[in-house]
Amino acid sequence: MSAERPETYDIAVIGAGGAGLTAALYGARARRRTVVFERLMSGGQIATTELVENYPGFPQGINGTDFAMNLVQQVDRFGAELRYEDVQSIAPRPDAPFRIETSEATYEAHAVVATAGADYNKLGVPGEDELIGRGVSYCATCDAAFFQNQEAVVVGGGDAAFDEALFTARHVSKVWLVHRRDTFRASALLQERVFANPKIEIIRNTVVDRIVGADGVEGAELRNVQTGEVRTLPVSAVFIFIGQTPNSHLLKGLVELDEGGHARVDLRMRTAVPGLFVAGDLRVEAARQLVSACGDGATAALAAEAYLAEAGIGEG
Amino acid sequence: MAATPEVTDATFDADVMKSDLPVLVDFWAPWCGPCRMVAPIVEELGEEYAGRVSFYKMNTDENPAIPSQYGIRSIPSLLIFSGGELKGTIVGFRPKSDLKKRLEEAIA
Repeated sequence: MSAERPETYDIAVIGAGGAGLTAALYGARARRRTVVFERLMSGGQIATTELVENYPGFPQGINGTDFAMNLVQQVDRFGAELRYEDVQSIAPRPDAPFRIETSEATYEAHAVVATAGADYNKLGVPGEDELIGRGVSYCATCDAAFFQNQEAVVVGGGDAAFDEALFTARHVSKVWLVHRRDTFRASALLQERVFANPKIEIIRNTVVDRIVGADGVEGAELRNVQTGEVRTLPVSAVFIFIGQTPNSHLLKGLVELDEGGHARVDLRMRTAVPGLFVAGDLRVEAARQLVSACGDGATAALAAEAYLAEAGIGEG
Repeated sequence: MAATPEVTDATFDADVMKSDLPVLVDFWAPWCGPCRMVAPIVEELGEEYAGRVSFYKMNTDENPAIPSQYGIRSIPSLLIFSGGELKGTIVGFRPKSDLKKRLEEAIA
């Protein structure tokens, strides 16, 4: 059977979050044939963020989805392709382009920028999987409005948990913010706002052991990790924001990963594999901010362009 | 790309329950960011399945009855109907390849 020659790109970007879309923007503007593969939806984590208040140049903040949609339009305007396909493998080959297998087809690319980001962590407690979409949620901006005048638990102690607790408090009658430690990683400003919100009650040193309910969430069983005291809160929703795990399965065996699964890169986002770059939340020491992810994407695309030029690809 | 047409509480019976073709309904709301990001994927599916499956979207803010009848408490939610019966429910955002698989199973 003679297979057709796969579609060949100069730059393949994996992941259409802030880092990936910015890399694609720079790749397309360098007149490189650029594709972005996206497993889920474009925008990545930013698409589920209600208001981005720390992106420089937007004094009133900007809606995360608007930001993502603008970036998609901008990338499209300069001619990069966006394909909703799940990349299964990246294979470097000596003296040949990378081979990329997706859920739909096989492609080739002379340079690869991996920006697959990170996925939210689950609690891993009974009731969680069973009640997803019926009160258990990882996106308060999507679902909080379905629980008007009911009570909700928000789990976590970082920026995402605090942000989403504030958003959820606009819809529900009461938010119980449950955190396993005594202190919080959330920024000082977000902490001030949460502490001042009369609808939010903070429960420290406490974990969720179980989410109960038949047709929908009816309660969350909590355990104080210091006293061992157990109680069940009668809530209709549990919103979970307990950090993320990088999507580095594609890079395993290919590049060096740290203990947390982040890829080692240099300051130009280069890995030890020539032509393979990693940017955004997937790399070591990422600041995990939209602005730094976008900056990483630009750096990686410029380094990819330099790599292609040096290899004499696509010249003349 | 063609925008997915709207279905409402009032038109749901005629457009979905009495449809000759299987129907996918995308439940969304304007304030739901991921819903807006999923819309282009649903539009792509609409083109790929043209003539085999009808595609609609329903605004859950403007149409309280049908979402409540189907217990929608998370969006985006994609519900697949065939012959007036609910054949499949996909909650949250899933890869396009998964959506196709679930769609194929539901209309088989």
